[in-house]
Amino acid sequence: MDTALFEYTGGLADDALVSAQRMGWWISRAPELEEDVALANIGLDQLGQARNLLTYAGEIEGEGRSEDDLAYLRDERYFRNVKLVERPMTDFGVAMARLLTFATYQLHLYRTLATGDLGERDETLAAIAAKAVKEVAYHVDHATHWVLRLGDGTEESHTRMQSALDAEWPYLEELFGPLDPVLTGRVADRSALRDAVLSDVRRVVTEATLSVPEVPPALGGGRDGLHTEHLGYLLAEMQHLHRSHPGAKW
Amino acid sequence: MEGVYGNDFGTDQQPDPDRAAPDEAAFAALLAGEGRVEPRDDMPEAYRKTLIRQIAQHAHSEIIGMQPEGNWISRAPSLRRKAILMAKVQDEAGHGLYLYAAAETLGVDRADLVDQLHSGRQKYSSIFNYPTLTWADVGAIGWLVDGAAITNQVPLCRCSYGPYARAMVRVCKEESFHQRQGFEILYTLSHGTPEQKAMAQDAVNRYWWPSLMMFGPPDDDSPNSARSMAWGIKRFSNDDLRQRFVDMTVPQSEALGLGLPDPEIRWNDERGHYDYGEIDFTELFEVIKGNGPCNAERMAHKRRAYDEGAWVRTAAEAYAAKRARATESVA
Repeated sequence: MDTALFEYTGGLADDALVSAQRMGWWISRAPELEEDVALANIGLDQLGQARNLLTYAGEIEGEGRSEDDLAYLRDERYFRNVKLVERPMTDFGVAMARLLTFATYQLHLYRTLATGDLGERDETLAAIAAKAVKEVAYHVDHATHWVLRLGDGTEESHTRMQSALDAEWPYLEELFGPLDPVLTGRVADRSALRDAVLSDVRRVVTEATLSVPEVPPALGGGRDGLHTEHLGYLLAEMQHLHRSHPGAKW
Repeated sequence: MEGVYGNDFGTDQQPDPDRAAPDEAAFAALLAGEGRVEPRDDMPEAYRKTLIRQIAQHAHSEIIGMQPEGNWISRAPSLRRKAILMAKVQDEAGHGLYLYAAAETLGVDRADLVDQLHSGRQKYSSIFNYPTLTWADVGAIGWLVDGAAITNQVPLCRCSYGPYARAMVRVCKEESFHQRQGFEILYTLSHGTPEQKAMAQDAVNRYWWPSLMMFGPPDDDSPNSARSMAWGIKRFSNDDLRQRFVDMTVPQSEALGLGLPDPEIRWNDERGHYDYGEIDFTELFEVIKGNGPCNAERMAHKRRAYDEGAWVRTAAEAYAAKRARATESVA
């Protein structure tokens, strides 16, 4: 098995899956009806990416595990997502701060996978990414509009948006982890995306009359299966029905 | 009082003396010729109010209906089912949106309608006051509840009020997909493990009678139906629609391999319909009065989401006002 590619693909898949799981919570809880529709749409896009990526991870592994086997039958120590996406979304400001940063990262990541300067591009990841680029470009656009409205809206929204950004910011660094050298030229090097991603996000933050947080990065570890305590609860809820009926078809 | 969404059982249709009296004869002629009433047309005040309440109740039902199904998004047993369910609940939000837009063509404001829902002055379909206790309930809601809704809503595609009729065309297409996905969930469960089949049967047992009650009281106890039919809003009586639903559903239950919790269901050759047992409407009236299993939870969830989003909506308005001022000062 190509372990490095399996781990890399699993990381992309789990980021999208855990993010979709959080996004699904908002459906029927958004500040307005249009936003219920939009957040459902974004969650669905992320879930679609996760399904393609998990299916591919299963193929790389070669042990016959399906998307559902990987999503439902792994414990948290085997999830490879970053901590950014697994933490609860405590209010709409947090949801938009999270979406702005995560979707901007995904946009650069998927673009590089699809059309970046890669000598021995992984064609399956490129195909998955090419479809996802259009989706996440919309997510960035949606989050940008909300960060502008909330940052430059009322005093209260400004304060809440700033707190949300401050809370998310320490978790950005983990997105830009180093690339396993055996994957050089085949997939996007996430550490090389840092400047472009942060520059895009900073531009929106500044235009929204908010301050770019100056906070030390949080402890990483998600890519090695070292998560916050929140992930266990998220997975317990997501997996319990599937696990309660071993081998059943749904 | 409300029954199936897209039906009207209300009573507060007092004419508004401030509105000019329309040309009753012209209106009657329009209806007699099966013409469509459009927003700018003259219409009797009671017709307008009946439509506002019916469309608003329909919209509210779509919105509150997001909750029982949304309850299973996080726990859907496969990623495919999760995606389908998210798309379905998103559809319900979309239906709510264009139904509110249809109501607004009658001169009301969506914010006022939502306010009336929150204050309890307008209702939503009682069916959504039942809990979704297992995954199979998602299937039962799709098959039975959406099935009953379609039975009621297909004739509304020919409703005399144009914007409502046109909204219904699109809603019915999507509801038809929802009903098939519910049927497919139950089919998969009933052909799965014994535990899955038992889960499916239990869900059908719990949702069957409430689904029949969605059509509202019997015809002889439904005083407004006759007028709505004369106005071309309603095309078939409650009991006729209920019978149509039973006739459609019984053969489907056989295809599913699931029983219906009514020993009196049998084909009646003479009538050309299925007979079914007497409905105990006391339960429906209790749920309507607010004593259903989830009335309080549904409204609390809706109000909480609305209240917690207030700062976001206020900020969006403030931002839009700032932008407008900036544009003005440039111009």
